[in-house]
Amino acid sequence: MRLGRTRSIVLTGLVAHAVTIEASVGTGLPGTEWTGLPDTAVRQSAPRVRSAVESAGEIWPAHKITVGLFPASVPKSGSHFDLAVAVAVLAAQGALDSSAVRDLVVLGELGLDGRVHPVTGVLPAVIGAVRFGHCRIVVPRANAAEAALVPGVEITAVGSLRELCSRLRGEETAEYDDSPVPLPTEDASLDLIDVIGQEEARHAIEVAAAGGHHVFLTGPPGVGKTMLAERLPGLLPDLEGDDALEVTSIHSLLGRLAPGRPLLKRPPFCAPHHSATIAALVGGGTGVPTPGTISLAHQGVLFLDEAPEFERRALDALRQPLESGVVTIHRAGGAATYPAHFQLVLAANPCPCARGGKSTDAASCRCTSTQLRAYKNRISGPLLDRIDLRARLTPVSRAVLAAGASGEPTATVRERVLQARARAASRLRGTPWSTNAEVPGPDLRRRWPIPSDALVTLSADLDKQRLSTRGVDRVMKVAWTLADLAGREVPTRDDVERARALRIMGQTAELARTA
Amino acid sequence: MRAKDQLGRAGEDLAARHLVGAGFHIVTRNWRCDAGEIDIVARDGTDVVIVEVKTRSSTDYGLPAEAVSWQKAAKLRELAVRWLREHPTPQSVRFDVISIVMPRNGRTQLQHYRGVC
Repeated sequence: MRLGRTRSIVLTGLVAHAVTIEASVGTGLPGTEWTGLPDTAVRQSAPRVRSAVESAGEIWPAHKITVGLFPASVPKSGSHFDLAVAVAVLAAQGALDSSAVRDLVVLGELGLDGRVHPVTGVLPAVIGAVRFGHCRIVVPRANAAEAALVPGVEITAVGSLRELCSRLRGEETAEYDDSPVPLPTEDASLDLIDVIGQEEARHAIEVAAAGGHHVFLTGPPGVGKTMLAERLPGLLPDLEGDDALEVTSIHSLLGRLAPGRPLLKRPPFCAPHHSATIAALVGGGTGVPTPGTISLAHQGVLFLDEAPEFERRALDALRQPLESGVVTIHRAGGAATYPAHFQLVLAANPCPCARGGKSTDAASCRCTSTQLRAYKNRISGPLLDRIDLRARLTPVSRAVLAAGASGEPTATVRERVLQARARAASRLRGTPWSTNAEVPGPDLRRRWPIPSDALVTLSADLDKQRLSTRGVDRVMKVAWTLADLAGREVPTRDDVERARALRIMGQTAELARTA
Repeated sequence: MRAKDQLGRAGEDLAARHLVGAGFHIVTRNWRCDAGEIDIVARDGTDVVIVEVKTRSSTDYGLPAEAVSWQKAAKLRELAVRWLREHPTPQSVRFDVISIVMPRNGRTQLQHYRGVC
């Protein structure tokens, strides 16, 4: 009996497990047997691998082949084992030097013609392989740029099984290019300058960007809620180091990386349709759960347009990840934890007929008070409580349109946002937090107290139960962000009042209309 | 005789010669009953060996041995039981497959799989 051995990686969520792939060629009728918990996709790869091996001009053994995947306790899924199985079988026959492939990590799906097709999750797999101390990695050429993001690895990018074989044998048949494709520059077409008027909402978006706060935009259709939300990522700083790798890993897992742009350096923007299910939003599916939209929006913006139209259960499923920044999904096939630290932007019409709102033609609104209340109630109190900023958008007047008055461009606002963030970051140095919104209330009150004379109104709100304790904490966080934006050391009473207004003015206005 | 039967016959002859060369003793060839036919019954030391011979003129449609499916294997077991009923033996029984590729012009290849099903 002859044995060939190589390595690969299997991902459970974003967690990598090292897998050893062994192939033995022994007595018995030709055929392939699998051991070690392969799923159907893995098991079905045998004819594909065989065809690829024969297309590559190699010989498929006319004997029984047993393929073992170890450790046998970890479920193996995916099509990326093809290339590793081919390598193990060829090593078992002596067609490849077994010592050369024993410590190789091999990732790639094979076509019937022997071509190596790209696979998903290459980045997290390579990160995992390095953690296990395996630094020689074979990846499909289309995934080369993604794999090369990880420092300290020796990447061999291949386009076909034939190419891999001749390279492993050291045959200099052609020049191979392992260098990653140069990255195109980011598309920066969404600029705040396009948004006409809406000073209040623009300000709310700026504060949201500076402090990492969640925002709720209300206003009639067509006034620019979506435009504003889409421009929020443009105000956020680039993703740095591990954050960028983490975000890219999630997108890699779902095969969402655009070719030639392997590393996501800009905060992602996700706008799921309101028909989205819980599983689509937070993650799920059969077998090991796959990440949902909230994880795709990790370190970026999750925009829920027409928020009241979302299933209430789906919206409420956001509450826990909003607090913890991660989501753990349990399924019969296993559990997976995905990062889900996103900034939430909700948008809604003022009422179901969308004519309401005090600045529009409110008289033509035909919604009954019952309808209005039902509409408001579709977003639960606990979820609303976690939203620090509320802004009302109003129809743009003819005068503003005629003057062609455009607000500041993204670049100007972003400059202020970055300065405010830098100020917050230096204050929060040595803590696990980097933005004001992340700081837990008790820590905020104890370590960065706001002078009591600035808190007069808030104390009254608390006494009269207009605000919950969490509400007061959140107003204080926004007050810090306003101070950071203005370059002040400590929030003034004015900052606190404005923060309070951003939180409860919209709320009271809405409540007044509903009542 | 049709071409495919001729090929099969030639393959069985070759297989028998191979078995004799390998030290087997041929007990019977083409043993028939109403359930079908055993190509070769041989004796290898103390084992009774039921041999299925598969012959093809090319590997265009796969190796001859691959044509031995689990249905075919079940059939062989049933035939073996019938043969044993008529020829009681205390010895252990084994199944071998001999896979032969006989191209019209080119080298004939023979592969002997021992104890397969």
